[in-house]
Amino acid sequence: MASIPPHPPDTTNTTGTTGTDTTTTAMANKQNGTGRNDGQTPDAALSTDVQQGEDGAPENSVQKRRLPVISVRSLTKTYLLGQTRVRALRGVSLDIYPGEFVAIMGPSGSGKSTFMNLLGCLDRPTSGEYWLMGTAVSKMSPDQLADVRNRKIGFVFQGFNLLSRSSALDNTALPMLYAGLPKEEQQRRARRVLQLVGLGSRAHHKPSQLSGGQQQRVAIARALVNSPALLLADEPTGNLDSRTSVEIMAVLQALNQYGLTIVLVTHEPDIAAYTNRQIHFRDGRIISDEMLAQPRRARAELEVEAVAAPPAGGSTIEIREERL
Amino acid sequence: MSSEEQTPDTTLTSNRPVTASTASSATTATSTKPKRAITRKKRSRKRGLALNASFSSAWEALWGNRLRSLLTILGVIVGVAAVIVAVTITQGTSNSINARVAGLGTNTLIINSGAAVTGGASGGIGSQQSLTQSDATAIASVAHVVNVSPIKSVTAQLIYSGQNWNTRVQGVYPNFQSIGNWQMAEGSWFSDADEAAGTPLAVLGQTTEQNLFTGVAADPIGQTILINNQPFRVVGVLQAKGAAAALNQDDVVFVPFSAAATRLKNTPYVDQIQVQVDNANDVAQAQADITTLLEQQHHLPPGGPDDFLIRSSNQLVQTAQSFSQTLTFLLVGIAAISLLVGGIGIMNIMLVSVTERTREIGIRMAVGARRGDIRNQFLIESLTLSAAGGLIGVLLGLIGGFIMTRVVQLPFAVNPLSILLAFGVAAIIGVCFGFYPAVRASQLDPIVALRTE
Repeated sequence: MASIPPHPPDTTNTTGTTGTDTTTTAMANKQNGTGRNDGQTPDAALSTDVQQGEDGAPENSVQKRRLPVISVRSLTKTYLLGQTRVRALRGVSLDIYPGEFVAIMGPSGSGKSTFMNLLGCLDRPTSGEYWLMGTAVSKMSPDQLADVRNRKIGFVFQGFNLLSRSSALDNTALPMLYAGLPKEEQQRRARRVLQLVGLGSRAHHKPSQLSGGQQQRVAIARALVNSPALLLADEPTGNLDSRTSVEIMAVLQALNQYGLTIVLVTHEPDIAAYTNRQIHFRDGRIISDEMLAQPRRARAELEVEAVAAPPAGGSTIEIREERL
Repeated sequence: MSSEEQTPDTTLTSNRPVTASTASSATTATSTKPKRAITRKKRSRKRGLALNASFSSAWEALWGNRLRSLLTILGVIVGVAAVIVAVTITQGTSNSINARVAGLGTNTLIINSGAAVTGGASGGIGSQQSLTQSDATAIASVAHVVNVSPIKSVTAQLIYSGQNWNTRVQGVYPNFQSIGNWQMAEGSWFSDADEAAGTPLAVLGQTTEQNLFTGVAADPIGQTILINNQPFRVVGVLQAKGAAAALNQDDVVFVPFSAAATRLKNTPYVDQIQVQVDNANDVAQAQADITTLLEQQHHLPPGGPDDFLIRSSNQLVQTAQSFSQTLTFLLVGIAAISLLVGGIGIMNIMLVSVTERTREIGIRMAVGARRGDIRNQFLIESLTLSAAGGLIGVLLGLIGGFIMTRVVQLPFAVNPLSILLAFGVAAIIGVCFGFYPAVRASQLDPIVALRTE
């Protein structure tokens, strides 16, 4: 079974950049091209790039012809809680294509967290198949799963999950440590990715010296540093205020515009509104799976806010009506 | 199709760390061997670097908890220091015993008169006079016996021009110089002719010479001294031998046996007979033969209670060495217990550390640490702890051993093997006691670990 799909082409191709480089390097190159300064300007640089990306060809038409990044068939997961068997997932089938920005939603207990853990190769399904970039990972050993997590998946968590004793740079370099890259290469790449998320000047700060939004940017940098095929974000804005949440969503949207596939778990409709596709879970099953034609644009909102400073609530309602 | 496959494949190998699964699935299509080789090379490099990284992260974690780390390794420090001190002291003791044995000669038999039993009360060795000069003469014909000398011992007052000194005077045969392995500092030992003639000559031990001739410019050789008011002419002074137990071997005067028999102790008995055997291996045989001979001489039934006692210098040495060995075992035993306790302390702290850092373990696993990486990280931490403890322990032990040997006046000898051993045992303890916590850390479920606050 594992032999069916040939290796999928690199996701970078969706952005239309020269296809040989990885996502992060492509972004870094673009950034250098825009001639940004330090501090907040990387965000501005990202925003211009976002608009460039949106000017390009619509992606949905391309997606269907491509090999899915994630392909899941009849996935089930049953836990044994004491004597009772908890069926957290009851048969989930799903394809996620390169360049998609997917929100997974649902009430607590709906199985969305279990599903995320399975997608993130942190856990193995009770039954069913899971192909990540054409590789069957549902039957892999814990060590193989660790390698997959290391090289193909980037995690962003609600609680940031940074090592408190290490600097932003060392936190970012952590996945490369386990990938076995030379020390200089680790430092170089970590620095570049930190610049990309706008923290170039704070590389040597400890997490305790950074704000929540900055910590989450470090976490995003860490998730990107091994050029993964998939970014998994588990309530990435859950610990952040609304303004910072929008900033983080802007970063994620920009990354998505570069072709990075992102799956985001959230229970906040406001946050889900920034994605292209919303999947609702209930009782271990998918109850709805819909595309969003016009998601909210975090960058644009931030710019509007910066000019006129309108209440954040107003814009949220506006977008929600638009979606409905 | 093939060109389509090759492009992503090259991007993969050049830009991205390769997993075994993707590399093999990609390379099977083109089946190029060099690519497999590259993959394998990257893998081996990965392990080495992860180990390096574990060292720095282990050091970071331990340094972050300096006081706790120090307290943790205290047990190991004490244990290793105790081992080093114990070994240093016993090594010094053993060295000094060996030096004395070399002076005594290992193939010497000492025959004393047996204990007198009067009304059930034993008088102790030599309290019953039984040995005679003829016994010594008879022993000379026993196989393997090289030299025999009877000894008459008296405690006497020595006088030389207003100075006086109380010491042991021993009447011995000329060959006693060889039996007792005495070296001359000045002059010479008396000769067989002097023994035959009963000439009153004296050979002085260092201590005696120093006490009798203090402040005297004259050369002691040729001077006449009085021993129990009998004039004896000094012919030689001996080199110092040092103290054996409580006995100062240099506080002695040797005179010809015949002279002692006529002038100092005119009895038919001798106090002791010393026998030199040709070879240390023949000592036991000679001892048995002499026992049989003396039983015949004294008309005693073979195997029954004897009126004499034969001891070899080997037996004396063995007694001393078994004592020092017992001491070593005792100290090493205490040290071993201390190391064990230290090891348990390390294990305890490592378990606490694993619990405290459950979330960190979860993070590391999420970003791709294998179980082995986590296990190694914690193993290296406990190894670093115990090795640091071992190092400090060795240093403290050497300092303590140096002070102790100075206090009891033993030679300070460092045994590199024992240092390596103590350090090695400490390191092994670190690995052994660190293993369970490390495995426990590596077996954590990443999901549970990430959820831990």
